[in-house]
Amino acid sequence: MKITNAIVEKHGLKLEEYSKIKELLKREPNFLELGIFSAMWNEHCSYKSSRIHLKNLPTKGKQVIQGPGENAGVIDIGDDDAIIFKIESHNHPSYIEPYQGAATGVGGILRDVFTMGARPVALLNSIHFGSPYHPKTKTLLNGVVSGIGGYGNCIGVPTVAGETKFDSTYNENILVNAMAVGHANKNKIFYSKAKGLNKSVVYVGSKTGRDGIHGASMASAEFNENSEDKKPTVQVGDPFTEKLLMEACLELMKDESIISIQDMGAAGLTSSSVEMASKGELGIELHLDKVPCREENMTPYEMMLSESQERMLIILEDNKEKDAKKIFEKWDLDFVVIGKTTCTNNLTLKFKDKTVGEIPIDALASKAPLYDRKWTKTKLPEKNINIKDLKKIKLEDALLKILSLPNQSSKSWITEQFDQMVMADTAQRSGGDAAIIRINKKEKAIAVSVDSSSNYCKAHPLTGGKQIVCESWRNLISVGAKPIAITNCLNFGNPENPKIMGEFAECLIGLKEACEFLDYPVVSGNVSFYNGTNKKNIDPTPVIGGVGLIQDVKNKINHLLKKEGNIILQVGKTFGHLYQSVFFKEIYSITEGPPPDANLSNEKNNGQTVLKLINNKLITSAHDISSGGLILALVEMSLPSKYGLKIEKPQKLSNLMEFYFGEDQGRYLLEIEPENLQKVKKILNGNNIFNESVAVVQKNYFEMVGEFKINIIDLYKANNKWYNNY
Amino acid sequence: MNSSVIVFPGSNCDRDIAVALKKLKFQNTMVWHKDTTLPKSDLIVIPGGFSYGDYLRSGAIAAKSNILKEVIKSANEGCLVLGICNGFQILTETGLLKGVLLRNKNLKFIGKDIYVKTINTDNKFCHKYAQNQVLKFNIAHNEGNYFTNPDHIKNLEDKNLIPFKYCDEKGNIDEKNNPNGSLNNIAGIFNDKKNILGMMPHPERMVDQIISSDDGINLFTSLLN
Repeated sequence: MKITNAIVEKHGLKLEEYSKIKELLKREPNFLELGIFSAMWNEHCSYKSSRIHLKNLPTKGKQVIQGPGENAGVIDIGDDDAIIFKIESHNHPSYIEPYQGAATGVGGILRDVFTMGARPVALLNSIHFGSPYHPKTKTLLNGVVSGIGGYGNCIGVPTVAGETKFDSTYNENILVNAMAVGHANKNKIFYSKAKGLNKSVVYVGSKTGRDGIHGASMASAEFNENSEDKKPTVQVGDPFTEKLLMEACLELMKDESIISIQDMGAAGLTSSSVEMASKGELGIELHLDKVPCREENMTPYEMMLSESQERMLIILEDNKEKDAKKIFEKWDLDFVVIGKTTCTNNLTLKFKDKTVGEIPIDALASKAPLYDRKWTKTKLPEKNINIKDLKKIKLEDALLKILSLPNQSSKSWITEQFDQMVMADTAQRSGGDAAIIRINKKEKAIAVSVDSSSNYCKAHPLTGGKQIVCESWRNLISVGAKPIAITNCLNFGNPENPKIMGEFAECLIGLKEACEFLDYPVVSGNVSFYNGTNKKNIDPTPVIGGVGLIQDVKNKINHLLKKEGNIILQVGKTFGHLYQSVFFKEIYSITEGPPPDANLSNEKNNGQTVLKLINNKLITSAHDISSGGLILALVEMSLPSKYGLKIEKPQKLSNLMEFYFGEDQGRYLLEIEPENLQKVKKILNGNNIFNESVAVVQKNYFEMVGEFKINIIDLYKANNKWYNNY
Repeated sequence: MNSSVIVFPGSNCDRDIAVALKKLKFQNTMVWHKDTTLPKSDLIVIPGGFSYGDYLRSGAIAAKSNILKEVIKSANEGCLVLGICNGFQILTETGLLKGVLLRNKNLKFIGKDIYVKTINTDNKFCHKYAQNQVLKFNIAHNEGNYFTNPDHIKNLEDKNLIPFKYCDEKGNIDEKNNPNGSLNNIAGIFNDKKNILGMMPHPERMVDQIISSDDGINLFTSLLN
C-alpha cells in the first residue's frame, strides 16, 4: 500500500514527523511500520510535549528505590518491604464507553503494579464529570462508577479512597484516573529491561483481539462530534482473566526465571517489546504467526496495535520454559514463546516466513520526537472584590446550601459500590483524609490519598501546582502517616496551545518546588494531554496520589469526634482568603481572583509538628482544612461521628464569612482532651505555630453561639439529599 | 480442628479466611479446585470471590467443579460446611442449600457494613453468640438477594434454620434495613441438619478490632467447641 499524506494524518502523525520517520529508516515505511511509529510516537506513549518539563521534577530520595521510567514507582518502607504504586488516566476511553473505559483503566494500572512483583493491596480513583445536569453526566457517572467497581471488586483488591468532582469544564471530556498500590519484597522487584541474547520472549495472558487498535493514538487527540465512532478503539476488560494473570505472574516470580517483564498496556505488543529492547539496548524478533489470537485472519498490523487487555510479555532465563509454562497452564492461560532477543538493535517482525517489518529500536524510543512547545505564563490574578459590597447572606444558609451541593454532598452512594474490605487489611476506608492499609501480617501500615484542585490551578498554575502537593501531604499527616512519595496524573488540554502548555509548565514548576521543599519526591506518573472537544480545553487538573507510612497501625488517627467536652484547636493562621473558594463560587458565582497562597515553610513546620503530636498521642482526632474552609472541616468531623460542636466565634473577627469559609492553606483541626490542651499549645507555640481554640465537642447540635443551632440529623439530611433526588 | 478452604481461580477472600482460621487456631489446608480429593476436614469453607468470573451465573460453574463433588459427599456425611458470599451462592447452585441469590434489589454492587441479629444460636456455628445479639458485619456482593418458595421459607422459619437476619443498629428487622431485598431479611441459612451454613456477610473481615470489629470471632470459636 502506498503511504499517502491522508494515511499519515489518519495515524495522528504530522507530516514533519513522517519526514523524520523516512529519514530515520532511510526509506519509506510500509503500512505496518507506519502503524508502529504512530503507536510509539503519539503523545500518550512518547511524552513528546511533556518530557522536557517532567525531567525537572524531583524523583530521588532516601526511600526511593525506583523513580519514573518503569511500570510504576517503588519506595522503601523499612525491613524488606517495598511499596509499588502509580496513577494513570483513562479519560478518553471512559468518555466514549464509560464502563469498559473505567474498568480497563483499573485493569491497566493493576498490571503496572503486579508486573513489578507487587501484590496489589489498594485501588484509588479520581473522577471528574461535567455538570450533573449535563445530559451525558448521569450515564457517564453510572458507567464509570460501576466499571471501577466491577473490575476491582472482582479481582479482589479493595477500592479504598478517591474523589469525585463535578464541573462544567468536564462536560465534553471527563477524567478517570485510577491508582494502584502494591506491596512487594524489596529484594524481589522485577523490571522491564531486557538482558542477554537469544533469550525467549514469551507471550502470556489473554488472546489478542481486534479491540483497542490505536487506543493510544485516540487518547492523543481532541474529541470532535464524530468521537462516538471511536468506540471500537476502546478495550474490553475481563477482571477474572486479570486475576488469573496476576496469580500466575506472582507465582512465577517466586523463583529466578524472569529476566524482565512488561505488561501490554497502551500500544500493546508494540510498546511492550520496544520498551524492553530499548532499555536493554538489544534487538527483538517476534514471530507473529505464534501470537495467540481471538479472531481469525488477524494481520500483523492488527496484532501489533491491538490493545486487548490482560496480556504480558516476559523474557525468560534459559531452560525455564517448561516450569514456567506449567504455572500458566495451572491458571488456564496462554503461554507461547513468540520471539527472542537479538543483537541487531532492531524490532524485527516475521509473519509466514517473511520479514514484514524492521525498525531500529532507537527510532521508536530514544529518537522519538521531543518538543519544546511554546508556552505563556499566567499572571497572578488581582483581588478586585470587597466582601462588604456583596449581598449579605446568613452563615447558616450558606453552610446548608454548600453542604447539599453535588460536590460537597456525601459520596457514600459511590463508595458503597466498591468492596473496600477485601484482603481484610483496610484499617481506614474512604471518607477520611486518607485511607489506611495495614501491611499483611505486620504492624505497619501505609496511608494513601488522591487530590486535585483544578480551579486553583486554572487561576494560577504555579500556586495551584504547589497547593495540591501540600494538600496531599496534609491529608497523609492527618491520619498519622509520614508522607513519603507521590505519583501524579497530569490532565491537561491541547499542548499545541501555548496557554495550555503554560498551564502545564507552570503547574510542574509548582509541583517541583513543593515536592523538593517537603522532601516528597515523584516516583511515577502519567501525562494526559488533549483533554477537550472542538478546541474547548478542560481546566488544568493535575491529580496527586500520595503514599505515607504509619510505623504502628495502632497509632492511626481519623477525623471523627470522640468525646463530649473535648476541645477543637485550629492549627495555622486564618487570613480569610475567599477567592477561588467554594463559598465565592457557589454563593456569589465569583470565579475570579487568585488561589490561596501555598506557604511551603509553614506547611512543613505545621505538618511535622502535628505528626509529632499524633505520635505522642496528645490528640484524639485530626482533620485538614481544605475546600469549604474551617466551617466545612468542622462539619466533616461532626457528621460521621454523631457528635455536634459548639463553635465560639473569635473575639477579634473582621468578617465572619472570611473566617469560616476562607481557604487558607496549611491548616489543621485537632481534637484534644482538655487536660492535654496546655501541653499541645506549648509544643505548637514552641514551634511558632499559630493556634486557637474554635469549638467544643457536644451532643446532638452543631451550633455557633449567636448565629445558629442545627440538629446534626438535619445536617446529615442536608448532606445526603442531593443524590437521592438525582 | 482441621479446616479446608476451597480455592477457585477467582476466589478472592481465600487468604482472608485462612488468616482468620489460623488466628483462631484451626489447622487449615488450602484445596485447589482441580483437586479430586479433600484432606480430612472437620470444617470446609467455600470463600467469597468470583469463582470462575461469575460468568453465566454466580457460582454456577463452580458447583460443577472437581472439588465440589467431594465437598457434596462430605457435606452429606455430616461434615461442617461454611459458604460465605460467593460460597453461599455456590452452595445454592449445588442444591446443598435451597433457594437462590438474586441480584440486589437496587441492581448495584453493595459494599458496606451492616447489622445482623442472631435469630437462632442453637447450632454448631453460633452457640457462642447470645440470642438476639446485634452484630456488625460487612457485605460486598452483587447477588445477595435471597429468594425461595413459600413452603421452604416456612420450613426455614419453623425449624430455626435462619441464624442471621439483617437489622439496624438497635436490632429492628424491617424493610428499611434490608440492604439487598432478601426475603424476611435473611442474611444466612442452614440446611435441615444444620451442618451447612450459607451466609452473605463476611465474618472473616470482622476478627480484628484494629481493622474493623471482632464480631465475627464467635462464629469461628463456636466451631472450635
